[in-house]
Amino acid sequence: MSPLKDNSIFSWTYELVADTLGGPEWLAYGLGALAVIMVVVNGFLLIGTIFTWMERKVVGRFQSRVGPNRVGPFGILQAVADAVKLLFQEDIVPRRADRLLFNAAPIVMLAPSLLALAVIPFGAGSYVADLNIGVLYVVAMSGIASLAVLIAGYASGNKLALLGSMRAVAMLLSYEIPLVMALLGITILAGSMSMVDIIAAQSVPFVLVSPLGALIFLIAMSAELNRPPFDVTEAESELVAGYLTEYSGMKFGVFYLAEFSNVVLAGALFAILFLDGWEWAILPSHLWFLIKVFGFLFVASWVRATLPRMRIDQILTFAWKYLFPLSLVNVLALAVETIAWPDPSGLQLWIMVAINWAIAAAAIPLLSLVVHLGEPARAGRRIPLSEEVF
Amino acid sequence: MYGIGILKGLMVTAKNLVRKPVTIQYPEERVPQASRFRGQEFVWYVDRCTGCASCAKFCPLGIIRIETDPNGGNEQDGGTYRVDVFDIDQGRCMYCGMCVEACPYDALHMGSNFEAAQYRRQDLVINVEVLKAREKHPSTWYRPQLEREKFDPFEGESKEWQDAGREKPFWHPQRPEMLPDEGDTRPTADGEYK
Repeated sequence: MSPLKDNSIFSWTYELVADTLGGPEWLAYGLGALAVIMVVVNGFLLIGTIFTWMERKVVGRFQSRVGPNRVGPFGILQAVADAVKLLFQEDIVPRRADRLLFNAAPIVMLAPSLLALAVIPFGAGSYVADLNIGVLYVVAMSGIASLAVLIAGYASGNKLALLGSMRAVAMLLSYEIPLVMALLGITILAGSMSMVDIIAAQSVPFVLVSPLGALIFLIAMSAELNRPPFDVTEAESELVAGYLTEYSGMKFGVFYLAEFSNVVLAGALFAILFLDGWEWAILPSHLWFLIKVFGFLFVASWVRATLPRMRIDQILTFAWKYLFPLSLVNVLALAVETIAWPDPSGLQLWIMVAINWAIAAAAIPLLSLVVHLGEPARAGRRIPLSEEVF
Repeated sequence: MYGIGILKGLMVTAKNLVRKPVTIQYPEERVPQASRFRGQEFVWYVDRCTGCASCAKFCPLGIIRIETDPNGGNEQDGGTYRVDVFDIDQGRCMYCGMCVEACPYDALHMGSNFEAAQYRRQDLVINVEVLKAREKHPSTWYRPQLEREKFDPFEGESKEWQDAGREKPFWHPQRPEMLPDEGDTRPTADGEYK
């Protein structure tokens, strides 16, 4: 059968249905699989919902405010209040909108992040499927999100929404490459694309072995997620709300939830690929995984509270001229090291750590000497009269 | 080098994280107000008002409407006008306080309230009945006699006109016998400060 058989939720439901109903095997199997899906999806969305509250609270504290504190203790029911408000909001479809695509976009946005959950191991032995191309699968799923953004911007029939989604697609396509390169380094190190194998391969967490990879992953991921400082797609001061401009009610809510769920998914990926997944001592594995994910979410909120928005040309310059060469350096270093020591022992692994940190410390300042993020602003620059257009 | 500025910025926000929030949660907590705060809820002492309408004349927006009745009495003998209408349109008032400065008998004071929001604009117009019936919590703005007794309009009971005090007329070189009060900060006849 499938890897589901190892899953305790599945086997419990399977046996319950098989014993009490005694129906055909496909029924027990289907219900068991459904139970697993329900637990995983709802648990994931619950964490995403908690993150919407947590981010508002944390960003508030970073800005020396209190954050939501009206609904429930510490405002923890804020997400519920928001959802109720969105449910009762009028659902407006603009006259110039492409109705089918306009309604489809939120689904296309949320579905991939739920699909990607299939290969995420949440704890020792608790995953839906241990796909042997897990990393590739997750990258493919996260690629669909950019399509959803394009659909939403195009179907809104609004120039600001279209501008936002054009920016988004340019940015997402550019940052996909450093992201995949960073994941390629991890795959070379682990010798596998399966999430479980990658966790098993981390006798030293990969954030130490591949610091450049971790940095590139963090930067490229925050661009993929449209989070500051890469939030040009919904730049409030320029584009109203980008591709979200025309959305209201629960459609907006689904977008909002999908955005935050994607951050949680990115946190899970970072925990698995760079922080040794659920493996650690003393505490139960699921708890360790949650702690690591929330650590990532905290850092993400911190960055959001701190960094100002970059210009779109700066973002693309940064991706192509800086991150892309850096990711090549990273992959090259890891590949050479893996050829030298195909199966590194403890000491060799620590030598690799030292070499990679040295490479990172050298490559980041050296590249930054070469690359400039667009034209620096010059004070008092004036267009000569002859160039003025009348 | 890339990254150093980002780390500095992250440290700035991290310092805010460990600090106490500066938020004052308004309905539960309040910012301490200055006693000279020029607020809504004008304080008007009917027993002091002569109905001269100086306030209405000095109002730069012309939002004070005042109508008086001679009341059958003789003003020369100390009889006062009865104020029939005294409307102040607080919806247009900018709280400059010139009406209070203009009042020759210290009958009108600025108020200390700032929570008199209304659903309808016309409800912001206060009339003579409201002004008469209101609790008196005068601001100490342009009222040195209140300031001298360290009056706090945000505490204590209603300040009636007998207790509100009255500032003496200005000292004038041609009337040197009118010496300033104890604690008066205005210059003496020699042009020196006490």
